[in-house]
Amino acid sequence: MKTIAIKSKAEKMPRTAEKVMHVSGSTGLKALFRKELADHLRSRRFLIILVLIYATCFASLYGALSGFSDAVANDSNFLFLKLYTTSGESIPSFMTFIALLGPFLGLTLGFDAINSERSTGTLNRLVAQTIYRDSIIIGKFLAGGAVILIMVFSMGILIGAVGMLSTGLVPQAEEIGRIFFFLLFTVIYIAFWLALSILFSVFCRHSATSALAVISLWIFFALFMSLIADIIANIVYPVDDYYNSVMNAVSNYTLEQNLNRISPYYLYSEAVSTIMSPSVRSVNVVTVDQLVGAISGYLSLGQSLLLVWPHLVGLIALMLVSFGGSYVGFMRQEIRSS
Amino acid sequence: MEQKMIEMQGLTKHYGSKIAVNGLNLSICQGEIFGLLGPNGAGKTTTILMLLGLTEPTAGRAFIEGLDCTRNPVAVKSIAGYMPDNIGFYPDLTGRQNLRFTGRLNGLAESVIEQRIEQLLERVGMKEYGDQKTGTYSKGMKQRLGIADVLMKDPRVIIMDEPTLGIDPEGMRELLTLMRELSREDGRTLLISSHQLYQIQQICDRVGIFVSGRLIACGKIAELGRQVNQEGGNLDEIYRLYFEKAGQSDENDRNKK
Repeated sequence: MKTIAIKSKAEKMPRTAEKVMHVSGSTGLKALFRKELADHLRSRRFLIILVLIYATCFASLYGALSGFSDAVANDSNFLFLKLYTTSGESIPSFMTFIALLGPFLGLTLGFDAINSERSTGTLNRLVAQTIYRDSIIIGKFLAGGAVILIMVFSMGILIGAVGMLSTGLVPQAEEIGRIFFFLLFTVIYIAFWLALSILFSVFCRHSATSALAVISLWIFFALFMSLIADIIANIVYPVDDYYNSVMNAVSNYTLEQNLNRISPYYLYSEAVSTIMSPSVRSVNVVTVDQLVGAISGYLSLGQSLLLVWPHLVGLIALMLVSFGGSYVGFMRQEIRSS
Repeated sequence: MEQKMIEMQGLTKHYGSKIAVNGLNLSICQGEIFGLLGPNGAGKTTTILMLLGLTEPTAGRAFIEGLDCTRNPVAVKSIAGYMPDNIGFYPDLTGRQNLRFTGRLNGLAESVIEQRIEQLLERVGMKEYGDQKTGTYSKGMKQRLGIADVLMKDPRVIIMDEPTLGIDPEGMRELLTLMRELSREDGRTLLISSHQLYQIQQICDRVGIFVSGRLIACGKIAELGRQVNQEGGNLDEIYRLYFEKAGQSDENDRNKK
């Protein structure tokens, strides 16, 4: 490097800073978004999850096709939707798979968003650039969201395409609409898990800790929440003897359901099964009394959406609360090299 | 009087009951190399973070080129470059890609970015390593790329936190030469924090000695020597004497209580 002195004298940096620098919020955000998106798409981690999810997606499609004739025999309307909702022997349906594995996708995209940058020492270099600090976390969330959007929609369309080829079914306009809303709900559901894992990545120093924290929440919501809801409902409204079971049955079931709805897993499952099965007419308990005189029929898409409107709002709220938490946490944190 | 580039007025930072920086008053002129010296945990990094608007001071204010560092951090960051200690790069990206990303973050035009990357890699002697992934770089190479990274946005003020840490003697000489050039030839203002006195002594115009959050001495090295009757003494000696004095006064304070 002895020659440095001579070289630098020969070519001075052009003093053009004033001309070329536009300090605006969107410049940094765009650069960050592009980099994060490229990072996600190029990473080995993304490749692994892509293979995993596509494998399960084809397994579920295979299951659906093998159980298809039974499903058709039961009800021969909205056949195309059955590609997504029918479970074969011992293979869950696509809908069930996504509800279970979706969180995993969000988790892998976000669990080390902030803390890995902190530990490699790039975060304090990043915040010293001419950008607003929030563009870092917004850029990360948007890039993860874009990956989720691309993946979910490509997967949903792929299932439809393969299903169309193998069964010869053609979707009706309403079915396409229902599938679109199903995929939209899925994107929001997975984006919630992305936001949650970013939240943990802001507050946990090590990426392993944040990954474990999100995984434990995922398992809790997917497996244990329903047990706990059941126990609590039985304590509050016991149904142990004949008298109690007559008096408390409705309250017991309603409480259990409401407790379950705290879990985003349940909320999502309930919403998409309503959207994907037009025959579902209510998401709450219905008494025999209320059913008297009702004509069995299908709900229109608009009516189905009306039923799950609260679910949509709930999921969006959960997502925004998690993201808001990580936003505030990140903005208030002091970033120094460790 | 030369133009003041960096100015701190009663800058104070508390962490709970711990006082990290205590009423710091300091101004640094344009083109100057100022060395902020002090032991680990003296509050040097905290001071730098406040200068860049990365943490809020408990009291007092800081200005870079007249811009309030707390109120207007983005404008401040557009004229001030920061090289943190333990500088890190995205290990999966090459040196060039890392610099390109920095350029884009700062909203530079693509043509300017490419032009600067070539100039800067040449300048820091990293041209042949520019297409290697930074994960393979040694500490010294990262440090050099760090200087290129800071210079991407062509800052008028450069703040370096412990730039000499963990670099071999040869690399150190090159680094010091480069720092001197940045000041003398480009007319940039440099604020260097360090606890390695010997190196800092070689290039700094003025130094400030910083112990437990307070600036206990500030001035040209020769002046500081005169104050403690160490005519022509080296900085090590001066620093030790000041440090002892500070320690004694701390002790006296405690005894009074």
